[in-house]
Amino acid sequence: MLEIRNLTASVGGNQVLNGINLSIQAGTVHAIMGPNGSGKSTLSNVLAGHPQYIVDGGEVLFDGVDLLAMPPEERARAGIFLCFQHPVEVPGVRMDHFMRAGYNAIHKSHDEEELDPIQFDRILKDKAKIVEIDPLLLKRNVNEGFSGGEKKRNEILQMAMLEPKLSILDEPDSGLDVDSLRIVAEGINQLRSPDKAVLLITHYQRILNYVVPDVVNVLINGRIVRSGGKELAAEIEANGYEGQGEALQPSA
Amino acid sequence: MTTPDSLAQSEYKYGFVTDIEEETAPRGLTEDTIRWISAKKNEPEFMLEWRLRAFKHFMTLVENHQEPKWANVHYPPIDFENGVYYAAPKTNPASLEDVDAEILSTYEKLGIPLEEQKRLAGVAVDAVFDSVSVATTFKETLGKQGIIFGSFADAVQEHPDLVKKYLGSVVPYTDNFYAALNAAVFSDGSFCYIPKGVRCPLELSTYFRINAAESGQFERTLLIADEGSYVSYLEGCSAPMRDTNQLHAAVVELVAMENAEIKYSTIQNWYPGDENGVGGIFNFVTKRAKAAGNNSKISWTQVETGSAITWKYPSVLLQGDNSIGEFYSVALTRGYQQADTGTKMTHIGANSRSKIISKGISAGHGSNTYRGLVKIMPKAANARNFTQCDSLLIGDQCGAHTVPYVEVQNSSAHLEHEAFTSKVSEEQLFYCRQRGMSSEDANSLIINGFCKEVFQQLPFEFAVEATRLLEVSLEGSVG
Ligand SMILES: Nc1ncnc2c1ncn2[C@@H]1O[C@H](COP(=O)(O)OP(=O)(O)OP(=O)(O)O)[C@@H](O)[C@H]1O
Ligand SMILES: [Mg+2]
Repeated sequence: MLEIRNLTASVGGNQVLNGINLSIQAGTVHAIMGPNGSGKSTLSNVLAGHPQYIVDGGEVLFDGVDLLAMPPEERARAGIFLCFQHPVEVPGVRMDHFMRAGYNAIHKSHDEEELDPIQFDRILKDKAKIVEIDPLLLKRNVNEGFSGGEKKRNEILQMAMLEPKLSILDEPDSGLDVDSLRIVAEGINQLRSPDKAVLLITHYQRILNYVVPDVVNVLINGRIVRSGGKELAAEIEANGYEGQGEALQPSA
Repeated sequence: MTTPDSLAQSEYKYGFVTDIEEETAPRGLTEDTIRWISAKKNEPEFMLEWRLRAFKHFMTLVENHQEPKWANVHYPPIDFENGVYYAAPKTNPASLEDVDAEILSTYEKLGIPLEEQKRLAGVAVDAVFDSVSVATTFKETLGKQGIIFGSFADAVQEHPDLVKKYLGSVVPYTDNFYAALNAAVFSDGSFCYIPKGVRCPLELSTYFRINAAESGQFERTLLIADEGSYVSYLEGCSAPMRDTNQLHAAVVELVAMENAEIKYSTIQNWYPGDENGVGGIFNFVTKRAKAAGNNSKISWTQVETGSAITWKYPSVLLQGDNSIGEFYSVALTRGYQQADTGTKMTHIGANSRSKIISKGISAGHGSNTYRGLVKIMPKAANARNFTQCDSLLIGDQCGAHTVPYVEVQNSSAHLEHEAFTSKVSEEQLFYCRQRGMSSEDANSLIINGFCKEVFQQLPFEFAVEATRLLEVSLEGSVG
């Protein structure tokens, strides 16, 4: 589904991604772990098309199509969803209005039916139950005054509404209490299906006990230095990243 | 291919011209012009005298070069002595049925059908075409409750006592340069009187259309809400695209008696000029309300998207104890538009309260100034004001300025002021686009959010209209 080849990218004048290679098959969950500042969010932003992130080289194919040539909204319409590490506030815009605008834009681009507020509300309420979000929260302005956990659950709710093919989840588990963690993980698991894939960025093995990954990738200094099964997460949690980097450093 | 012409066309869709024979006053501004206009309208003596006094005063202002210069707007000098001060369709309809088909279709194109079958439900409209009111809908329905709503000219004929009593009582002709000019030459406008204790069952609305090529438009609106009454009133405006500037100098006077409430909303969409700043309306308007009695309430809401230059300060004299004055404004400038707008809240009565919410949006080379005065008079014990002025910049060629003045002569007053300047942030745009929205839709969503507090004040139908207008106006300015 997703093919990343030799991707290099920079932000704010710093080269952050130094040649990423990653192949994600439909039906799988890939975890990415890596130290702070190693480029995990940069990778997610590059994949989603954030204009501040500049691709310097390499290519990315999504279902065989050149992803990097598409503007962000087209990537979203093609089925790419980014669960933001730090979602922004949008003053004066109600959360449910925001979500319906995106939902309808995506559906319209597929010549599918757009929903009026009442129809949309009905579906939204059902999905909100899954992530245990109080519907009143959705009448508030986008992310304004949401707690850390509410923000994360709300991102997962948006994912559930849009049913994307590829969900890129940038630390959906950070800052969550045990209950929220379970709720978020269940939300992710509900979406797993043979035709969908998940790229899950995390620092902790905890969430991987719920959302069991097919592959764990270790990202250091803008490169994937190691990939393995779910045991790799436990190993990293136990030993840290020390020693991971050198193992595969090319002897330049 | 998009030529600059078609671009301007697509941005301002009200720019068409109605092909109709019009009668105009002879070019120039002399005592004869004033007499000509007054005679044309068959006015009683008191009106002519008042106009002539205003004219004299205006001429002394012109001689002494007292055209206002303090606003943050720039334009070449206006040749007042060489203007055309009156233009009206030649046919003078006796009733709605007789209104020229061209004019009816003009209003229909503007989205304000006047014919009975097509009218907006719940809204009574007075349609002003150049210098005269051509039609008023729902007159009889309103008449049953004693509400007077129609053209100013009719009111002068039918209710001279009311006109005489209130004309100039809030904005005297000595008030300022343009108020003096308006008093001398104004041709028509809307008049409205709500009797004691009546809650007006319809939205009242006036739609101003400038059509003639060279004339200025000088209308005057007078609205009186007697004790314990309520009315919500809305005005809209548009004009054809022309490459010369046209002057629009209107006066609006509102009087709310004890326990009465007036909600006055404006959606101003005069032709703003083209993308190089050629043409467009000079919108120099004096609007003031008197909250005359105890518990009187006045609320101004304005959405200003049009005009080359806007110079406008809807104000409230808070005379009564516990009276309330509100000002909600969205002003958008793009291209080379300039806006200097704000309000003046003069607290005279005890416990009087005022609230100012101003949202300025600048795009392109637009310049947007908020200018406001909150004045607390010695007897206004415990007066309160809250002011919030927010500016949103789109691009880096535009400007926003905030000029809030405060004069406090009673130490028990409580004033709060907040001001923010922001840009539509790349993070917000990206968030919206990541969810599938186009960048235009994302921009308009964010900008609408910025304007929400103001749009919420508009009657529902017009809130939708305002949202759409803002979207159309910003097309091509963002992205
Ligand atoms: N806008 C920017 N301007 C300059 N440098 C940036 C910018 N955004 C990110 N960086 C830098 O790029 C590097 C990678 O950042 P990134 O956010 O991708 O890290 P991360 O792996 O997601 O870290 P964390 O685990 O802390 O979330 C960091 O050194 C960061 O400072
Ligand atoms: Mg990160």
